[in-house]
Amino acid sequence: MRRSRALSTFALAVVALLFWSAGLPAADIPKIPKDEAAVRHALNRLTFGPRAGDVEKVRRSGLSSWIDQQLNPAKIDDAALEARLLSPPPRPDSFDSMQQARRYGRESVEVLAANKLVRAVYSERQLQELLVDFWFNHFNVFAGKGRTAMFIPEYERDAIRPHVLGRFRDLLGATAKSPAMLFYLDNWLSADPEAAERIASRRPAAQQNGGGNGRRRGLNENYGRELLELHTLGVDGGYTQQDVIEVARAFTGWTIAPEVPRGRFLRAAAGQAAAGQAAALQTGSFRFVPALHDRGDKMVLGHRISGGGMEEGEHVLDIIAAHPATARHIARKLAQRFVSDDPPEALVARVAKRFTETSGDLREVMKTLITSPEFFAPQARGAKVKTPIDFVASAYRATGRDLSEPRPMLRALQQLGQMPYNCQPPTGYDDTADAWINAGALVARMNIAQQIAGPQDAARIGGPEFQRR
Amino acid sequence: MTSRRVFLKSGAMTMLSLGFAPSFLARAAAAAPTRKRLLIAIFQRGAVDGLNMIVPFGEAEYYRLRPNIAVPRPGGGDTTAIDLDGFFGLHPRMAALKPLWDNHSLAIVHACGSPDSTRSHFDAQDYMETATPGVKATRDGWLNRYLRASGAAAPLRGVAIARQMPRTLQGPAPALAFPAVETFTVRGGATAERDFQQAFEHASDPLLTSGAREAFEAMRILRSATNGDYRPSSGVDYPRSPFGQALQEIARIAKADVGLEVAFAESTGWDHHVNEGSVDGQLALRLDDVSRGIAALAADLGDRMADTIVLTMSEFGRAAAENGNAGTDHGHGNAMMLIGGPVKGGAVYGKWPGLQPEQRFEGRDLAVTTDFRDVFSEVVTQHLGLPSAAIAKVFPGFTGGPSLDVVRA
Repeated sequence: MRRSRALSTFALAVVALLFWSAGLPAADIPKIPKDEAAVRHALNRLTFGPRAGDVEKVRRSGLSSWIDQQLNPAKIDDAALEARLLSPPPRPDSFDSMQQARRYGRESVEVLAANKLVRAVYSERQLQELLVDFWFNHFNVFAGKGRTAMFIPEYERDAIRPHVLGRFRDLLGATAKSPAMLFYLDNWLSADPEAAERIASRRPAAQQNGGGNGRRRGLNENYGRELLELHTLGVDGGYTQQDVIEVARAFTGWTIAPEVPRGRFLRAAAGQAAAGQAAALQTGSFRFVPALHDRGDKMVLGHRISGGGMEEGEHVLDIIAAHPATARHIARKLAQRFVSDDPPEALVARVAKRFTETSGDLREVMKTLITSPEFFAPQARGAKVKTPIDFVASAYRATGRDLSEPRPMLRALQQLGQMPYNCQPPTGYDDTADAWINAGALVARMNIAQQIAGPQDAARIGGPEFQRR
Repeated sequence: MTSRRVFLKSGAMTMLSLGFAPSFLARAAAAAPTRKRLLIAIFQRGAVDGLNMIVPFGEAEYYRLRPNIAVPRPGGGDTTAIDLDGFFGLHPRMAALKPLWDNHSLAIVHACGSPDSTRSHFDAQDYMETATPGVKATRDGWLNRYLRASGAAAPLRGVAIARQMPRTLQGPAPALAFPAVETFTVRGGATAERDFQQAFEHASDPLLTSGAREAFEAMRILRSATNGDYRPSSGVDYPRSPFGQALQEIARIAKADVGLEVAFAESTGWDHHVNEGSVDGQLALRLDDVSRGIAALAADLGDRMADTIVLTMSEFGRAAAENGNAGTDHGHGNAMMLIGGPVKGGAVYGKWPGLQPEQRFEGRDLAVTTDFRDVFSEVVTQHLGLPSAAIAKVFPGFTGGPSLDVVRA
């Protein structure tokens, strides 16, 4: 009797210590349920689907500690996954032509997409991979636009994954500087119109039209608008068209550096570059070009932006990252992904508050979300419909079928309308039931279920319950 | 509401949802169904070069701007433009459509397009498919909104022959997308299908149950109405291309009398920045495919063409001048085609703005003098019969221009 009491007090103390060290006051230990149904629900939401035996394993070792582990993925060993990843095509030191760059882009994204499926099925850092999927989608770029594809592998690896449980401001800044985003939303072209005139008039006549699409450089609002509408404040966040323009002005000059191949550089300098071809392909990394920057003062959301350099863009990012509408927008999107299509207002408010009071600490935000009563509430159980990626990955995890050759499954994802990295609009793939459930999609899922699962499992995998998580 | 299946004299099956007594049903069954009006939308993805497709050979500037790739003036047999009205001509590889011009079932709207000036394929396609140019937030397509505004939900009113649901038909109204009728089926035979059907029927899940029900109904209807291999009408020869085969699927479904009202197919490969060709070459091959496909479809549908309009569209046109690679860059205004009995064919509609530098859009492209939504809305009201009061639901934010009067009511 005394021993078991001592043990349970000790256990409580350990748990309290764990939560205290993780930032939560011991007095506020959230009630994470321990029963099997709750474990299954948590695994449905925080992984790409439970594997055989997962529910029992996590129940025994404790759901709280499992959640804690998933919130600290660096400490989870993922060597087995690494062994399964396909090798990407080697990146040449430089590209001789746009066609070569595009081919490299296509091939790299194909491997990345295959690996995305492999990670979803085999990574032990499941929550991290779910969040990489979420945040890539939030900061969506489209592999099919021009040469965006060639920048996508580094985008996911360097701009997204490192920050998914870090600070939102860091994530935002990394996407703003990524060649993938700069190209996809045209900011690499955006320039102070006067600056553009000056530069154009200095070019030889053959290149006056600015290249393939005949665009004369000027202010491009595309990124400025999506930055406010989609990435931060949200469409109802209270910004105006004038704010969009001012933000766009602040980001003029944020562009992609050209890569001049060694041999070509010498030939170009000798005047042998073909007329009509850009002297160098812009296939490099981020570069701020002051000559393209609109140096005038700006007013963004009531703040004065001045300085005349790259710091203006950083200042804008600071303002919008800290804006209350951003906290709400992000909170709602996360709640929609992890709780239900129409999440309770109280939950959204609480998560937004946590976002603000931690200055966008995404680990803290996720903790608040996962340990909320709404997360485990009965209304949330089975409330979400699986997206095609969720569906395919969870089918492999549930059946234990081997995914050593992922490419046929990419065709399945294409059939279902969710080819990774191939969402054309910046809004990214939808996460709600009505985006994915229609007559044709259900038939396709039934057939893909038969492709993945053996005869005993096909009916279950293609059936109604398995479409939900 | 009870579902009844009623056999009609022609042998096709129709789903009727009624709560009436059987004798009424028997009388309803004996009456032939009124033939539904059909719209077949064809999207030429990649920005077809409208100026080499519908050639303004009467415009001298056209030849100055395209020294290498212009299509020659009519008069030289099949290596020159096919004269339509003394000013415009068809590209010679579109000869298959000339008989439709001659019998007044082909109309063209030139200098047609979007008020938005984006030259991004993807944005412009989205704007055209949602019919809300400049608005990226629109998730549903204009044809899905038409389905919602115009009648009871039914699984086979809207069908896209495509691998994925195109934006044009995306939305809450039921619509189907499949690459071929024979792929829209549950593999594994009748037992697998029955097992799935029962599982979905017994799930206490309104969303999935109703989605599945639509699917199984549509499959059942299609299966019994489209037995075995499809044989087009005698003498009809569809091109063996994906596009040609897609049109054949549409004809098959239309002739099965399963309630098809709006269909969609796409033709790709129009983005000719390099080596476009003129009388021969890349563009010529694509135009040949599209023309022979549409001509075959029209011939196959036969007298159903009296109630059908085929409408072609593309996200924008191409620059008036050729570029340094014997191709053309992205432009603005383009040409749309309408084919069908209800079309007042044999004429080119719209105001031709000319190709002089000051007449071009931004000094480089064919200008737009007709908003594409004017064409869409005329088809939807005059042909499909949507009341004008409901037009705002299908084309939100659009105040139409003067009627083109290209479609008979």
